[in-house]
Amino acid sequence: MELTGAEIFVRCLRDEGVEYVFGYPGGASLHIYDALYKQDEVKHVLVRHEQGAAHAADGYARSSGKPGVVLVTSGPGVTNTVTGIATAYMDSIPIVVFSGQVATSLIGNDAFQEVDAVGITRPCVKHNFLVKDVKNLAETIKKAFYIATTGRPGPVVVDIPKDVTAHKTEYHYPKSVSLRSYSPVTKGHSGQIRKAVDLIMQAKRPMIYTGGGVILGESSKQLTEFVRLLGYPCTNTLMGLGAFPATDPLFVGMLGMHGTYEANMAMHECDVLVAIGARFDDRVTGELSKFCPHARIVHVDIDPSSISKNVPVEIPIVGSVDNVLRDMIKLVKESKQRPDKAALQAWWKQINEWRSLECLKYEHSDKVIKPQAVLEKLYELTRGDAFVTSDVGQHQMWAAQFYKFDKPRRWINSGGLGTMGFGLPAAIGAQFAHPGETVVCVTGEASIQMCIQELSTCKQYSLPIKIVNLNNRYMGMVRQWQEFFYDRRYSHSYMDALPDFIKLAESYGHVGMQIDKPSDVEGALKEAFKLKDRLVFMDFITDQTENVYPMIAAGKGQHEMQLSPCRRDTSAERELA
Amino acid sequence: MRHIISLLLENESGALSRVAGLFSARGYNIESLTVAATEDPTLSRMTLVTRGSDEIIEQITKQLNKLLDVVKLVDLTEGAHIEREMLLIKVEATDGAREEVKRLSDIFRGRIIDVTDRAYTIELTGTGDKLDAFLQTLGKAGIIEVVRSGPSAIARGDKGLHL
Ligand SMILES: Cc1cc2nc3c(=O)[nH]c(=O)nc-3n(C[C@H](O)[C@H](O)[C@H](O)COP(=O)(O)OP(=O)(O)OC[C@H]3O[C@@H](n4cnc5c(N)ncnc54)[C@H](O)[C@@H]3O)c2cc1C
Ligand SMILES: Cc1ncc(C[n+]2csc(CCOP(=O)(O)OP(=O)(O)O)c2C)c(N)n1
Ligand SMILES: [Mg+2]
Repeated sequence: MELTGAEIFVRCLRDEGVEYVFGYPGGASLHIYDALYKQDEVKHVLVRHEQGAAHAADGYARSSGKPGVVLVTSGPGVTNTVTGIATAYMDSIPIVVFSGQVATSLIGNDAFQEVDAVGITRPCVKHNFLVKDVKNLAETIKKAFYIATTGRPGPVVVDIPKDVTAHKTEYHYPKSVSLRSYSPVTKGHSGQIRKAVDLIMQAKRPMIYTGGGVILGESSKQLTEFVRLLGYPCTNTLMGLGAFPATDPLFVGMLGMHGTYEANMAMHECDVLVAIGARFDDRVTGELSKFCPHARIVHVDIDPSSISKNVPVEIPIVGSVDNVLRDMIKLVKESKQRPDKAALQAWWKQINEWRSLECLKYEHSDKVIKPQAVLEKLYELTRGDAFVTSDVGQHQMWAAQFYKFDKPRRWINSGGLGTMGFGLPAAIGAQFAHPGETVVCVTGEASIQMCIQELSTCKQYSLPIKIVNLNNRYMGMVRQWQEFFYDRRYSHSYMDALPDFIKLAESYGHVGMQIDKPSDVEGALKEAFKLKDRLVFMDFITDQTENVYPMIAAGKGQHEMQLSPCRRDTSAERELA
Repeated sequence: MRHIISLLLENESGALSRVAGLFSARGYNIESLTVAATEDPTLSRMTLVTRGSDEIIEQITKQLNKLLDVVKLVDLTEGAHIEREMLLIKVEATDGAREEVKRLSDIFRGRIIDVTDRAYTIELTGTGDKLDAFLQTLGKAGIIEVVRSGPSAIARGDKGLHL
């Protein structure tokens, strides 16, 4: 039987196992919306802005490991998704974005709501397609999912002209596709792996530095086994948090610009660095000329272009973390060589000295709410088991520092692009992927306003997300830089004319709370979590000028952290200095 | 260092802009680029000339390989290879210059492919250096129009870049 392109589209999603499509309709996608209306296997979630659709699909993907799916119309529909696509691209998140397009006969004519979707998204997709013939539709959709989810994952855009969704053809969804120009390597080179394990076993001051690749590659089990087998210290990037249990004593915290003292010092002093699924981002390395001066480096990554991009690597291994770690574990177990016990003991002694500085400690207060205290309480009350999304700014860094993630896919944030507005829609996606689980959005009063309209989506679908708004009446992260590097000239970083967040939440049909006393923090959180089926917007009025520490300023090496004023005076630092 | 990178690309509309876009987005230098379909109509062959340090060239080849439209890639400068470029040039050919232009063209093994009473159009193939030398010899004065193809290149020996 022949089906229309629109019907084929819906069938393809069904046969691909797609549960939810996050979307917003318009002229060019009307045939598809009509086909969606006539079935109930593929569920459509109506957002309030296409950026929200892309972030929601992204949050769905990050929290579940399954690809997120977006459906938007041509022109403004697709331009509105660009920020969301770029966000997914920078963090290698598998989403497939379907955009309506004007009819093929009109393409290139400056037709109503025409935009060159393939051209506009090209720099921020893994790949994109324009489907010109309904006969190619099903295969293209299969390819899109295949490309988005394999190798180094990433967003794929499929642009579908309106006439293609009306034309008819036989429906056949291919079981698999092969592309002659695309065959991601998964198995690591055995010789290289052997060399790496040799080096790893000889290390006197080893360091294991892992990133988002471990989460994307579903390999936290192998990583945990590998690290515990060796007894070496492990640090995670912002994107890698949760891949190794944060409560394990071998974990030394996040590294990088706002990483812990012990993680950054250990990076600086290590003699063998094992980088796994991490891409030596500039927020991690600090000044490159000062990066890991003593280290011989092993780097495992599925994308050859991540290797030796910023930092030259001695032993590159191209392959999926999953396979390579399996091979490494096997070799370590078989190896007659054992880690040098004495050296390792001395190394841990040194690391524990750095640790004893307790670099994340902050000044407590009973007058004003400290943002860190809210996050500590949140961690305690959710027993570290919530899905936590965040926006971008100081609150994001504090969440990364104070919420100890023991499991992968629980920490959902925009690291590479740093997109304010990501948190709330990402929470929507996470909640759809995990109904019944606790989803918390940690945000700031500036970020939350960037996709605030999605509160309406939350109402429509009764999503009981808990919003923790750390309201410092500042674009805190910007203010912090202005304090440090611009002589406290707070140029346009003050948030004036803020809405009444209680009323705002209520007007969308949710519960709003404002908390301004430290003694009320715990009670408010408890009360909010008791409201199991309601979205609660908790507006915490926090210390306005709290800063994120430690911090590595531009041009500084990892060992040149600026510590919190309340930690600068400790004996540990004097001893180390 | 100058590198000649040869690519087999999917012969599809977006492929060329993906390659060009990659170079501009990442700030790589692109000296010339030629592209045309091959004996297999689904593939086109591109010759791309670029410059950069070893690290940059490594990134360029990795990034190109990452593009889904790139089927195969080789850096021809890594081995022995042959490079040719074509020049089409229209020069004034009046009075005394007429004989002189013909003589120079013969010396460089050019071919005159179009003639009017005021001008010659000459076709010349060779390495970029040879074309440069010819242009220099002619001098600026009489040149009406210059068209250069940019280099095409192929590896020496009996091995070829194919699927
Ligand atoms: C305000 C702000 C502050 C920040 N501060 C910090 C900070 O202090 N510390 C910090 O770490 N980051 C920080 N970041 C984030 C930073 O910008 C980068 O996003 C982050 O460091 C990149 O993490 P990653 O190296 O794990 O790479 P990701 O972007 O997660 O990339 C994953 C890597 O793994 C590879 N990969 C993917 N799948 C696989 C697989 N299956 N097998 C093998 N390899 C695979 C990919 O090819 C890629 O190279 C900050 C961001 C913001 C917005
Ligand atoms: C879309 C976007 N615009 C601008 C920025 C730059 N920026 C980074 S953090 C920040 C301030 C965030 O303020 P808020 O959400 O209140 O968080 P806080 O830092 O105060 O915790 C800004 C403007 C950004 N990351 N994203
Ligand atoms: Mg703020």
